[in-house]
Amino acid sequence: MLIRGARVFDPARGLDAPRDVAIDRGRIASVAPAGSEDPSGDRVIEAAGRLLLPGFVDLHTHLRTPGREDEEDIASGTAAAAAGGYVGICAMPNTEPVVDNAAVLSSMLELAEASAAVSVAFLGAISRGQEGVHLSDMWDLAEAGAIAFSDDGRPVASAGLLSSAFRSAKLVGLPLSLHCEDRSLASPGVMNEGEVSARLGLAGMPAAAETGAVARDLEVAAYEEGRVHIAHVSCGRSLELIEAARAAGTRVTCEATPHHLLLDEEDAASLDANFKMNPPLRAARDREALVTALASGAIDCIATDHAPHAAQEKETPFEEAPFGVIGLETAFPVLYTGLVLTGKVSLEALVLAMSTRPAEAFGLPAPAIAAGGEANLCLVDVKEEFAIIPGSFRSKSRNTAFGGRRVKGRIMLTVAGGRVAHKESS
Amino acid sequence: MNRHLLSINDLSRADFDSLLATAEKDFLELSQRDIKKVPTLRGRTIIDLFYEKSTRTSTSFELAGKRLSADVINVKADSSSAGKGESLKDTVLTLNAYRPDIIVARHPHVGAPAFMAAHTAAHVINAGDGMGEHPTQCLLDVFSLKQAYGDLRGLRVAIVGDILHSRVARSNIAGFQKMGMQVALVAPPGLLPRRAEALGAAIFHSLDELANVEVVYLLRMQKERHEGANFVPSLREYISHFCVGRRHLREGQRVLHPGPVNRGVEIENELADSSENLILQQVEAGLAVRMAVLYRIIIDSAAVAKETSGPRLTTRV
Repeated sequence: MLIRGARVFDPARGLDAPRDVAIDRGRIASVAPAGSEDPSGDRVIEAAGRLLLPGFVDLHTHLRTPGREDEEDIASGTAAAAAGGYVGICAMPNTEPVVDNAAVLSSMLELAEASAAVSVAFLGAISRGQEGVHLSDMWDLAEAGAIAFSDDGRPVASAGLLSSAFRSAKLVGLPLSLHCEDRSLASPGVMNEGEVSARLGLAGMPAAAETGAVARDLEVAAYEEGRVHIAHVSCGRSLELIEAARAAGTRVTCEATPHHLLLDEEDAASLDANFKMNPPLRAARDREALVTALASGAIDCIATDHAPHAAQEKETPFEEAPFGVIGLETAFPVLYTGLVLTGKVSLEALVLAMSTRPAEAFGLPAPAIAAGGEANLCLVDVKEEFAIIPGSFRSKSRNTAFGGRRVKGRIMLTVAGGRVAHKESS
Repeated sequence: MNRHLLSINDLSRADFDSLLATAEKDFLELSQRDIKKVPTLRGRTIIDLFYEKSTRTSTSFELAGKRLSADVINVKADSSSAGKGESLKDTVLTLNAYRPDIIVARHPHVGAPAFMAAHTAAHVINAGDGMGEHPTQCLLDVFSLKQAYGDLRGLRVAIVGDILHSRVARSNIAGFQKMGMQVALVAPPGLLPRRAEALGAAIFHSLDELANVEVVYLLRMQKERHEGANFVPSLREYISHFCVGRRHLREGQRVLHPGPVNRGVEIENELADSSENLILQQVEAGLAVRMAVLYRIIIDSAAVAKETSGPRLTTRV
């Protein structure tokens, strides 16, 4: 395959130039100046004016498998990922059953081997059944291939258990990805606690429920000299705490979601359940702080927190709906349009946060557009505007917060693990 | 040696040498004889005061005292007034009133033997205090190693397993180092004390380190202290990463274990029965070494008393 004349943009390698990229048997055979490759081969993609990027890596995907295959399965979830330019995703373990032992993980890896369109890595649970009492089989999980541990969705309440988890994780050299939320403060809230919740009469989830947990978890991580990844940061104050910990030498990375970077509590005032997620959409100043931190690199990673829900579960009054929105298919176009085209964040910062740095955070091979490596890349049409149509999603679920939004940055082609995982017909 | 044996650090290198020599020369062969008794401590009274379960230590101290012809009384906390809520201080004051020469003490709390020593005129021997120390175990281990290896200088030993809860590890690190050995600790992070580097030994988290030592010292997994805790993800995972079997060892490597052994947990069944381990030699050494300790603690202080021409055991509380 030859991708001709695209603007190849790979900031980790300092590459930004028109190039012909030849792919042979799954590997990048050459990255040559545009026009230098013979265009007569059988699979030539004319890509002048398009953007060729290293493929994206998502650290926070809910594949809902096993247990809720009606909402997502590995085939549909990875097809959605490929359609979003992702070449690798990391599946959260809060499934039914929970991925807390090697048997469940091995069966998921087998299933992924058979049906995944892009590379799937799995996080193991921190605690057995994510019940926050006993450690999961962390060492077995690591041996079976887990790349990190998380009790995402059911935050670790006990500092003692968290401390033990860091010690056990240290033996196998894996990070903990932490959903920082003090449930005793956040429950029974359904949206950010603020002016909007006061006006609407909805129970609020205060920022302190997140920031207090972030502070504690960073303290425990520092105490244990552990590797910690703070999932879906939503508050400006959390970023200050993370920066302080990083400055003090704690090995901390963090992620923010597209919806927290682009939306805020005013969007939730519509009471559309597709604006209900946990952590909730925060105040505008929190969103602005996240954007600034993404631009500066203080936020290491974009993660989708892709959380599929059956349509009937979201077609309810706001308070009854479950938390969560999907994001794999929309992440790049909404961020490119909302942050890069508006000049708030550089394309370089966005690509590093979607590709290179997430891979590094969980010790995965970082996608690169360089001769010799496995082809993991995506080709983007940055010119044509289009509307996000949930009905056309590859995901089994439709619960996006960006339905109808007009954006640029359609993913035309995704090559994952050397194979074409997605190709737009247009 | 000092009046009391509370910590391995109470013993100088000279004390080590003299205790080990006494054990070997005077007492090791005694067990082989038909008449296994000498009159050395005739008329002396020894109280073995045990607040924790014990087989090896209590049996060997009792037997050691009896073979030295002392009058030995065993007091088990669960069948004594301590079980009725008597304070340790009152129990010791009461026993002291019988004017024992030696109290051998095991207690679940660190420092209890030292506390007893402050309230009795008797010599106190620490037979294990909580997660603190077990100095006679260290002596018998050093004795066993000398029997197997001769000179211990430069010998490398890995202490493996539940170091967090181990009084044996705490005494042995210091004791082995005193003998010129190099000590490595091998355990998962959760089974090492916080700031384990304070113990002064190199720290490793993998059995791979066994390739770099001559001696493998296995500790008992103290399962009773693990209830509800999360020191390791599970016992099964501990076993798959840290249970030592013959396959981890090479020719000439010797294995020690203070007992009681958890077969299939810290030591594979086959290794527990193999000639590579010195476990039964350790038990045998335990008797000779404890005889030496009982003997020398009396004799040395009598010598001191003679030199200073003061009366023997006149301390009053």
